[in-house]
Amino acid sequence: MNASVAQKNPLVEAVIRRGLLGKGFLVALAILALWKLASSFMAGPTVFTQQVVNGLQLGFVYALIALGYTMVYGIVRLINFAHGDVFMVGAFASYFAIARWDLNLWLSKVFPTLPFWLSNAIGVITVILVSMVTCALLAFIIERVAYKPLRNAPRISALITAIGVSFFLEYFGALPFVFTSNFITYERPINVINWVISSQGVYVLPAGEAPPPTSIIFSNISLYIIIVSLVLLFFLNYLVQNTRIGKAMRATAYDKPTARLMGINVDGIISVTFAVGASLAGAAGVLYATAFPQLYFVMGIIPGLKAFVAAVLGGIGSIPGALVGSLIIGEAEVLSAAYISTPMRDAVAFSILVLVLLVRPTGLFGEPSREKA
Amino acid sequence: MFKRMFVVLSLLIVASMILPACATGGTGGGTIKVGLLAPLSGQVPTFGQSTKEGAELAVKEWNAKGGIRGKKIDLIVADSQCSPDPAVNAANKLIDQDGVKFIVGEVCSSASIPVAEIVNPKGVVQISPTSTNPSVTVDTNGATRPYTFRACFIDPFQGLVMAKFATDKGYKTAFIMFDQGNDYVRGLAEAFEKSFVELGGTIVGKESYTTTDTDFSAILTKVAESNAEVLWLPDYYNIVNLVGAQAKDKGVTAVMMGGDGWDSSDLDVKAADGGFYSNHYDPGDTRPIVQQWLKTYGEAYKDAQGNPKVPDALATLAYDATNLMLAAIDKAGTEDTAKVAEAMAAIKWDAVSGTITFDAQHNPIKAAAVISVSGGKKTFIDSVAP
Repeated sequence: MNASVAQKNPLVEAVIRRGLLGKGFLVALAILALWKLASSFMAGPTVFTQQVVNGLQLGFVYALIALGYTMVYGIVRLINFAHGDVFMVGAFASYFAIARWDLNLWLSKVFPTLPFWLSNAIGVITVILVSMVTCALLAFIIERVAYKPLRNAPRISALITAIGVSFFLEYFGALPFVFTSNFITYERPINVINWVISSQGVYVLPAGEAPPPTSIIFSNISLYIIIVSLVLLFFLNYLVQNTRIGKAMRATAYDKPTARLMGINVDGIISVTFAVGASLAGAAGVLYATAFPQLYFVMGIIPGLKAFVAAVLGGIGSIPGALVGSLIIGEAEVLSAAYISTPMRDAVAFSILVLVLLVRPTGLFGEPSREKA
Repeated sequence: MFKRMFVVLSLLIVASMILPACATGGTGGGTIKVGLLAPLSGQVPTFGQSTKEGAELAVKEWNAKGGIRGKKIDLIVADSQCSPDPAVNAANKLIDQDGVKFIVGEVCSSASIPVAEIVNPKGVVQISPTSTNPSVTVDTNGATRPYTFRACFIDPFQGLVMAKFATDKGYKTAFIMFDQGNDYVRGLAEAFEKSFVELGGTIVGKESYTTTDTDFSAILTKVAESNAEVLWLPDYYNIVNLVGAQAKDKGVTAVMMGGDGWDSSDLDVKAADGGFYSNHYDPGDTRPIVQQWLKTYGEAYKDAQGNPKVPDALATLAYDATNLMLAAIDKAGTEDTAKVAEAMAAIKWDAVSGTITFDAQHNPIKAAAVISVSGGKKTFIDSVAP
């Protein structure tokens, strides 16, 4: 509706022409990137596929973080900069669950007769749930203490508060009796198994042995990350699309005053949204720490920013957009590290943010008509 | 009233300046004074304590043997705080008030460099036990400071040693990973590359990363693809932990090697399993001189529980540095500092951290300890000389 009205405005028409210019630039860039990808693929198809798998692993972790940004933004129009630090707390929560309480192995201790893979899988699910619950509670408290009193304040106040909360979580975590300011080695909750996929079929690579040439290595860590992410994404989609809470969330996102008139507890829904987004960040923390097993009190900043870029790329406020955007960012990062140069990875990821904001500020799946509040 | 106080104060100040000088003149005959600059307070007081213990033990041993040409050695310790200004003040005090002509110290490069700048014009001999920055012994014009030496090897030297170690183990191909923003890491990477190629090896890949990187999957896929036998990763333990863990799930079989940045109790021995790193010294070294040193030190110093203390690298290098200084004085046959510096430059001394000779830049040429990480333990395996 809005778009057709806007087209008659000469000023907006000029903006659209500029947009077209930008699109031309983007197409040229896309062709260049595709050409580079194609030539890289031709140069070594298996290595290329391996790098794509590496990118997927990263992209799925980003997706879980990006969903938190996107859900909160969709409802309260707040970029929750403390989200990356909630992710860090999630990673630490799982560290304590694994290193202190051996929660990844609890079932195999209670029922030693169960097959190990099954009891370990249930143990890992327990660890993820511990992190998710911790982060949900943390986000609930943060929302009540820091954001709720500012609900009717200008948006910039809430944004600055979010930055304050972010620093608080980092440097409270850095205290010697909390997480300390040291690098902490993370104990992976599962033992690494590498599968070799080659023309000879699929088999388990014995530890310490080199994979045969022209084969792809797929580890159970990648599998674990992709499966957990997909399951959580389906859960979230179900929650938002098929439940009463989800319906209330969508109504709140669409029009808060009307939602309130319809009897929806808007404040409660906002709290739930924060908690759900944070619980996904908590799960992402566990997955990230499993893939890159080291914890540090500021470890959330960079993944948080990358996931934010992914959310903007996908269209902030859009749930499928967060997934697609994250996968693109993960691949862009790993492939540019592999085929341009490693230090380029961050530059490429953040250039995407600039390009999106210039060319299509609403992102891939964004809805321009929603931008009205 | 005010005037009289001023006169009294002035007199006091003048007196305070003259009196110590008199004292120095009076007792100069029977002893050789050696100054020690150690950071006993400030950021790294434990470094200072270890250094002091090492140096004191060396002096005690020389005195027990009858000193140098019948003269006892008098060690004067000054707190230099690992910081430029306190170190320069302490050095000036040692030289001007105590009449010291030989200084062991400082521990930190940032303090040793300004000290080197004041001792050289004064012709005072200095040896730093542990300062690894190249500028300690070389001035801003690239000329070697005539009176300044060090007992530790400089960082890039470890690249050379490990290239030799890798070649001796029969490895022919290496992949280099380095942090482009870290001088220490870059220096070790360049030194390894140069030496490994000179020794007949091939560098099959070289990738840089940034300090904040955590995802090394792209590089490690390349490492696996290159079939390199050695992965040279001369970074600090935290990066080693991350890379090592990820290498295990990318099918990397290359042997990881690095420098003393790996030396930490926080090194993840599971992630770094199968790797090797170099260090200044390791108590597991079986050479008799090391075992003797462990015994002597353990007898002299006890920990809080009363058990013998194990000397760390700082104590060991301070012991070596003090011994080198005294040996040079002994060899020169005089306390003339120019002659002592000359004797030091030409010395060959069996130190705990390896037999030391000096190169043209006054950096020691000596063996490094190579430590293997295997089965959850860090074990000394060899002492490798370049």
